[in-house]
Amino acid sequence: MLAESLALSAVLFTIGVIGVLTRRNAIILFMCVELMLNAVNLSFVALSKLYGATGQVFVVMVMTVAAAEAAVGLAIIIAIFRHRQSVDLEDINLLKG
Amino acid sequence: MLYDLAIPAQLTAALLPDLLLMGGAMCLMLLAAWKRDSAHHQRTVGYASLGLLTAVFGTVAWMALRHDATNTGGVIAVDGFRFLVDLVVLLGAAGTIALAIEHNDRDGITQAESHVLVLFAASGMMILAAARDLMVVFLGIEIMSVAVYVLAGLDRRSPRSAEASLKYFLLGAFATGFLLYGMALIYGATGETQLNRIGNAVGSLQLAKDPMFLVGCGLLLVGLGFKVAAAPFHMWAPDVYDGAPTPITAFMAASVKAAAFAAFLRIWFEGFYFGWAGWANATWWLAVVTMVVGNVVALQQKNIKRMLAYSSIVHSGYLLVAVTAASAFASTAFTFYVLAYTLATFGAFAVVATMQPAGTTDARIADYEGLWHVRPWLATAMGVYLLALLGFPVFGGIGFFAKWYLVQAALASPSRLSALAVILVVTSVISAGYYLQVVRAMFMQPRPADAPAPPAAGVLTRTVMVVTAALILALGLFPSQLVAITKDNGFRPYPFSPALQMGLPQMDPLANK
Repeated sequence: MLAESLALSAVLFTIGVIGVLTRRNAIILFMCVELMLNAVNLSFVALSKLYGATGQVFVVMVMTVAAAEAAVGLAIIIAIFRHRQSVDLEDINLLKG
Repeated sequence: MLYDLAIPAQLTAALLPDLLLMGGAMCLMLLAAWKRDSAHHQRTVGYASLGLLTAVFGTVAWMALRHDATNTGGVIAVDGFRFLVDLVVLLGAAGTIALAIEHNDRDGITQAESHVLVLFAASGMMILAAARDLMVVFLGIEIMSVAVYVLAGLDRRSPRSAEASLKYFLLGAFATGFLLYGMALIYGATGETQLNRIGNAVGSLQLAKDPMFLVGCGLLLVGLGFKVAAAPFHMWAPDVYDGAPTPITAFMAASVKAAAFAAFLRIWFEGFYFGWAGWANATWWLAVVTMVVGNVVALQQKNIKRMLAYSSIVHSGYLLVAVTAASAFASTAFTFYVLAYTLATFGAFAVVATMQPAGTTDARIADYEGLWHVRPWLATAMGVYLLALLGFPVFGGIGFFAKWYLVQAALASPSRLSALAVILVVTSVISAGYYLQVVRAMFMQPRPADAPAPPAAGVLTRTVMVVTAALILALGLFPSQLVAITKDNGFRPYPFSPALQMGLPQMDPLANK
């Protein structure tokens, strides 16, 4: 099962990366990042079957931090929406050069 | 004092400065929320934060002077390297808050919690300096980053500030994904998360050519490359540095980078030392690309904040040379360089913050033309900072020696990175193009008749400028004392391995091939 879990985790991570690189909506980008983090969680859980509980402790840490990051991230997205009435990255182009 | 980190009371004692800063920051957060936002309350919380930082600074200095250490493994490092990085980070946080108190006043930002967020970020940085476990590295990076995401968007009325915050957040979270996946693969390859155990596993299992370990290293390198803004992962840095309030830009350019690099260095030297043959090529190229790209793009900048952003990218490249050199001397050169860079960056951004018209984030290099004729001291100070960043002898003070030691570290490293040293020197010469352009504009051009007089700097901003300039010049005159300190409190790569007993300079990682 270990190899399959790691392969699935790699596939999920890649989907997340492709999503971040191709999509232009800030919320969807953020969801893709969460997908990447959860792919990593899967790896940790799978590996901890081999090495003991450390991997599972790591997963709890990752989930806690992801929640904190979501709180801050969504607040930032709301802040940008108030300025531009859009969360499309094509419209967010004041800083260039 | 010698700590045994397996005993909870001693672990707590070893974390005293970190706990003091975190606890104090939480109390100050309550103080910040106690009263309605006002300019006066913002200043009160700012001064209280400066007081807390002084107390933590004293605690760290006291522990460093006692030569606190630990002879066991464990998740927290107690060594001179940690204390030196802590001191540099605390210096940076104090500089940020000092600049921010007056900057907030001028731009009408009344959120008192802005200073507390700097304290939280600084506590994350101190954790990073101490981390000897991948889990602690991750927590440190996130405590630091989440606070700094908010700080970048501090100016709520400015769309530029909000945009900087969004860009920093999205790319930072993206980088966190890579960082974590790298950690998962390292855990998969070695079965450990503690750096010294990873180091032993890499050595005993001969992992330098193991694909899982190398992919893990690579992903970790990408993640940390984003955090320290190394090319080609630097795209966010100029935009974010440009849009964020100037004191926060200084904080991001100097302290965030210093702390992320401290963790970088510790992971690579303690955990991956025996994998040198596997990862050295990757850091070598990362260093070269960062130095070349940063310098070439910096030459074309018209905005001084963007110019300094690219300059900070270039300095990441220089610091990557120390990582690649992987020796005890490289870590000495690293701490020396980080201190020099922090001082010069804070000085330069203090001048930029002063020169900026209130309520704008725009800062053109053209605004500095003929500054010498209206504000000679301001121009002189800016000249010192820029020459220090350039690494100019005498007038650049400490900056010259910082670069000199880096070159020496590259040349003295077991692997003889002569090509890297040559590229470092050549790109430094190129960097004269943009640093001296500002110096020339300030001293050799007439002040345009229609240029507005630059506003007077506040007391705190002036203090930051005087202290940084004085330290740059004074330490430039007596660099050997500082080197002795950085060496004595030295951080030895991989302190728990046979490599230490054998003496590192003789130890050639390439010989394992």
